[in-house]
Amino acid sequence: MTASDAERLLPPKLKELLDTLAWLTDPQERYAFLIELADGFRPVPPEVATPPYPRENLVPHCESQAYVWAIEEPEQHTFRYYFAVENPQGLSAKAFAKILDDTCSGAPAWQVTHLPDDLPQRIFGPRLSMGRTMGLEGMLAMVREPARRHLAACAVCQKALKETVSAS
Amino acid sequence: MGTATLDPTLEPILVKGYVHPEVLVTTEWVAQHLDDPNVRLVESNEDPLVYPSGHIPGAVEVDWVRDLNDPIMRDYIDRAAFERLMSRLGITPETTVVFYGDKHNWWAAYAFWVFQLFGHTNARLMDGGRQKWLEEGRPLTREVPAHSPTEYRAPERNDAPHRAFRDDVLAHVQAGKKLVDVRSPEEFRGERLHMPGYPNEGALRGGHIPGAVNIPWSRAVNPDGTFKTAEELRKIYVEEAGLRPEEDIIVYCRIGERSSHTWFVLKYLLGFEQVRNYDGSWTEWGNLVRVPIER
Repeated sequence: MTASDAERLLPPKLKELLDTLAWLTDPQERYAFLIELADGFRPVPPEVATPPYPRENLVPHCESQAYVWAIEEPEQHTFRYYFAVENPQGLSAKAFAKILDDTCSGAPAWQVTHLPDDLPQRIFGPRLSMGRTMGLEGMLAMVREPARRHLAACAVCQKALKETVSAS
Repeated sequence: MGTATLDPTLEPILVKGYVHPEVLVTTEWVAQHLDDPNVRLVESNEDPLVYPSGHIPGAVEVDWVRDLNDPIMRDYIDRAAFERLMSRLGITPETTVVFYGDKHNWWAAYAFWVFQLFGHTNARLMDGGRQKWLEEGRPLTREVPAHSPTEYRAPERNDAPHRAFRDDVLAHVQAGKKLVDVRSPEEFRGERLHMPGYPNEGALRGGHIPGAVNIPWSRAVNPDGTFKTAEELRKIYVEEAGLRPEEDIIVYCRIGERSSHTWFVLKYLLGFEQVRNYDGSWTEWGNLVRVPIER
């Protein structure tokens, strides 16, 4: 599969967002766009989880103390993602959480499995510190890994993926 | 510092009993010096979204990747680049530079440390950092100030008093001298998570430098982000860990930013005489050929 094939397999809303970001070459404009997303972040609702949050939902290595919940919707073959970011200064974590929720919640699991490893860099730019990279990659993994497990066990999703690949 | 010690806004710092209280200012002191032309506020964060989302009025930003790191070598900027940076930020050698930032002032302490390599000793940290300023409901702005460029003549960077390199660390280990590893206990013990699909920590091996004691950086701060009192800090670093103020000590973490926070605590708040920060830290030592580790 080529890189452009992989791009076509992404959740469409994420593809759209990456296209928008590609136009924001001025770092200040990109920061303003991402800050606005962070401002729109809403933490996990109490019906899903209340503090203190379980350790199993804590993103490993994340210095902003981010938490991720991936709630499976088995019949639709989708997940709903919820996040909490305990560090009030964790703006990148909040922006990333908002993006992952907006673009991956409700998207077919097989699409979510194709989130690329370099998604944090494509969103936040190449100037990512090691700490931020590890935290954001940890959030990405906690969204993508449950989708991968679902795909590995689900014949319907595997068929949908195969059909999409052969049609493209 | 003569007049500064009489300033009532610095009282909360003075009562904490530090050896060098002049390196800290309070949020209230900063609030009263927002228009002081001899003071330059510098915000330094890990997350580049934080400064543009709102900062203390008049504060400039120093970003450690963009402004302090050499783009080619894994090293800090040289004298000429530091002079250009100071000029752009409107700082003279006489300007009192007050650093503050996110993450309990990790990155502010890191910038403070780099400024010491160029001998800018007229520097302070704002106790409590951004978090305390925000919790007190003090103002932020998104307006980026334009300060008039200055002439700044810096000396050549002098790493030796403040910075340790891998050969220094190896000699230090072989001489049986003390190191402080300020990472989490899990990182110190080399119990990293090896979950498939998750990032590793940038090192081939987990563990710590032989002879290091583990004192996570966060033990030095209160929940509101301010530094603990000298007495509390002495209990942690001297009584519990057995470090002595006259000892030669090297501090490290993963890349040298958290450890510059502990460097600040030991050198200024507790008055340790010889403390150096090993910025190569675990990302260098954990990958280095023919050096010993402990788990």
